[in-house]
Order: sequence, then structure tokens, then C-alpha cells
Amino acid sequence: MTGVDVASPRTADGISLRDVEWRIEPREFWVVGGLLSSGKTDLCLTAAGALPPARGSLRLFGEEVGGGFTQGQVNQRLRVGLVQDGGLLFRHLNVAENIALPLQYHHDATLEDVLPRLSAWLESTGLHDRALQPAGSVGRNWAQRAGLARACILEPELLVLDNPLTGLDPRHARWWLDTLGLLWRGHPLVSHRPMTLVVTCDDFRPWIAPGRRYALLRGRRFEPLSPTLDPGELPRLLLDEAP
Amino acid sequence: MPKGSIIGLDTETHLRAVRELRASYARWLGGRMVHFVQTLQGVAAFGLITLGVLATHRGRASQVIRPLVWQQVLRCGVSLLPMVLFLSMTLGLVVIGNSLAYTNRVGASQWIPKVMGTVVVREIGPMLAALIVLSRAGTAIVIELGTARASGEVEALEVLGIDPIHYLVLPRLIGVALGVICLTVYGIVAALCSGYLWAFLQAIPILPGEYFSQLTASLHPLDFVILGMKSAGLGVLIALVTCYHGLARPLQVDEIARATIRAVTQGVILCVATDALFLVVYLLL
Repeated sequence: MTGVDVASPRTADGISLRDVEWRIEPREFWVVGGLLSSGKTDLCLTAAGALPPARGSLRLFGEEVGGGFTQGQVNQRLRVGLVQDGGLLFRHLNVAENIALPLQYHHDATLEDVLPRLSAWLESTGLHDRALQPAGSVGRNWAQRAGLARACILEPELLVLDNPLTGLDPRHARWWLDTLGLLWRGHPLVSHRPMTLVVTCDDFRPWIAPGRRYALLRGRRFEPLSPTLDPGELPRLLLDEAP
Repeated sequence: MPKGSIIGLDTETHLRAVRELRASYARWLGGRMVHFVQTLQGVAAFGLITLGVLATHRGRASQVIRPLVWQQVLRCGVSLLPMVLFLSMTLGLVVIGNSLAYTNRVGASQWIPKVMGTVVVREIGPMLAALIVLSRAGTAIVIELGTARASGEVEALEVLGIDPIHYLVLPRLIGVALGVICLTVYGIVAALCSGYLWAFLQAIPILPGEYFSQLTASLHPLDFVILGMKSAGLGVLIALVTCYHGLARPLQVDEIARATIRAVTQGVILCVATDALFLVVYLLL
């Protein structure tokens, strides 16, 4: 992102972050901290190419991002996966159909055609018993996992996660940290290829160990933190922001 | 009361009040009309975008889109069939009952099939089907799409590289159009049959063969072409207006009810206007 103003449908002036300068290198693990309404969700949507910036240049894998749905633009967008807050499953589908949808849509396949890959992801995320439940009836812990499986089933190179630990119980939070670590190193279900990860959070504490690069959202600015900063200092930075 | 005054106001004050009232009414009316024209413009633009997607995405993801189309046909056609049949039969009785009352007085009961053909096939059939689909399926479409928009599901589709117009709008457009066409045909048949039944019970000396051959003679082959175009057009219009109001702009959950009311109101106005347009076509034939 170069000189990007991140658009927002929720703020009065339609901007949530100004002048964002951000470059993500392959195999990095970014943790971006920010309090409520600091622009985390808008930043994630912009980084995933779903929300065009109000100003500035957004390039994914070296190419300018377009807002359309031509095959070229879609292929570029599919190299990025996004796990939205709460999984954001489609309520008219069940859990399995939600996970399989991108694969079915982009490969013009039936549910039976994608069953082997779907089953592997259901197994890996512990969703096998909930596969046929309507998306609206599964709890947040499981909906979030289904969101991860849906984002990963097309094997993106960059995975953006919007506040993935919010509202999860400690067992599930542990599972997420382990799984993201595995994805970063190379998960068997994504052909052992290491993924680049970007995670947003409102509490740095669980991310001190897995994170490699850190940034802070405050005062409508994106502030990358120095790699030499002591990670132990991170939680305090967000606490200083609190009213 | 002073001379030249009305309800206690002097003439000048009264005239000023009337002028202000007129101006405020004109402002309100003008505002509503401008808003309506803007919406029409929006719906037309939305229709062109949808047409573009229909052309560029043809055959794409057919394994996903086809079941969605059938789901919509089921909802807008099959599930509404009992209601359409009931209302059509009732309307057939009403039309023929009223017509008989007058035609019998002047000894023109042989015109009954012609009246039925004109009123039911040209006007009541397509409009009835369209209004039922608008009120039952149209409202559901606005609520579904509005909720998807408000909860961020539309952005989630975009993130997955799925065009929301292709996935959400096209199946509804095709489903609603097919639904209205099928319901129109079933509704017309039901109304004509119930009309004959009523005439038969009223001891009108018309045999079924005679009734239906007179009915056929009263219709022009172009009537069927225009009927198909009209019902498909009304279906497309309903789908576009309801999808537009559900999707076109960011909605909060509490705005969905108002968007639904707007969609239904504008849908009714557009259906009636389209019907009037087809009346002109009929008159020109």
C-alpha cells in the first residue's frame, strides 16, 4: 500500500485510516494491533482487495488491484484469503457448503466433486460433526474455524485474519495459535507451502510469540513498529491508547 | 370578524398562508418525484450492470448457479401456485358474474368469452401473478439481500472472488421471471375455467367447445407473444427493483424494513406503469 487512505462506510468522512504505507514481504507474520473502531476490519478488507482504497495505490503481488470480476482480477484476488471477524458464514448454506463454496464456484464443481478436499478441511478443523448444520446455528468458536477453512481451501499465499481470537474460549484460542503457526510454517493441507500471515488484534499478548512484525493503528494512522522493539512492550502500547 | 377575513385571519395573512401551503406541497411533491426518478435511474443502471454480468459470466460456475435458479423458481413459482389458482378462480367468477349482470340485460351474453379473453388474458392474468410474486417473494428478496448486505456477507463474497451480482442477483432475476410467466399461464387457465363454470351455473347456453373457440377467436396470435413478453418483463422488473433496494447501498439492519416498503411501493408503481405501456401496444395492434 502506498499513500493509501482506507475507505470506511462507517465513519462520517468515509475514511478510517490515512496515508498507509505498508509492504508485506513473503513469509512474514504481521500482527496489527488496534482498539475498537480503529479501522482493523477496513484495513483487512482493503488488504484483501475487497474494499478499494479511497486514495493511493494498492498492489497485490506487484500488480495494481482492480475492483472488477474479470478472470485476471479474480485470480489475483484469490491469492489472498481473508478470515473475517466471527467467520461471517453465509446463512443460507450449511457449514460444509460454506467451506466448499469457493472451490465449487471457481472450479465449476458439484459438492461431490470437492468432497475429498472438503472432508480433509472438515477433519482438520474439527467440524466433521457440524458439517451439515445450518451456518447460523453453529457457535462463534466453530463458525470462526469454518471461516478459516473457507479462506484456505483455495490455498492462498497471503492470509489476512481480522481479530481471530475475539470471543473464543481458551481451548479454541490455543487451537488457533497452533494452527496459524502451522500455516505459517507450511500446513499439509496447503501443500506444505509456508503462508504469509497478517493478523489484527485488540490485545497483543497472545501474539507476542508467534508474531514477527508488529504495527499499531492509532489516531487513524498505521504505524509499523520497529523490529528491534521488545515484544514485551507491545501490550502497554495498546493500554496507553485506552481512554 | 374583520371584513375580507377567513377563520379569523386577515386576507393578506390568509393568502400568504395558502401560498406557503401550496409551496410546501409543491416542494414535497417535487422532492418525491425527483427521488422516484433518481431511483428509476438507479434501477436502470443496476439492470444494465446485471445484463453485463449475464453476458460476461455466461456458463461460469453453472454447478453452483443452476441449483440457486431452481430454488428461486420453486419459491416464486411452485410455492405460490395454490394462492394464484385460488385468486384467479375467484377473479374469474367476479369478472364473469359482473359481466353477465350487464350483458344479460341487453341480450349480449354471447360476448362473454370475448370479455373474458380481453380482461383475463391481457390484463388480470399477468398483473395478478406479478403482484403476488412481488408481495410474497419480492419482500423476501429485499430482506434476504438487505440482511446479507448489512451483515457483511456481500463483502465476504467479493473476498472469495465471487461476483455478488452473479451469485445473488442473476438466480433471482431468472427465477422471478420464470415464476411470473408460469404463474400467469396457470392463473389465466384457472380464471377462464372458473368463468365458464359460473356461466354454466347461470344457465348461459354456451357449450365448453363453443366457449373456448370463441375465446380463441377473440385473441390474436400476437396476444400470446405480448403476454409472454409482458409477464417476463414484469418478473424482471420485480427482481431488479427488489434486488436493487436490498443490495444497492450499505444498509443498517434497522433500515431493511424501510427498504422493503420502498421496494414494494416502487414495484407496484412500475408494474402498473408497464401494464399501461402494454395497453398502448395493444391499442396500436
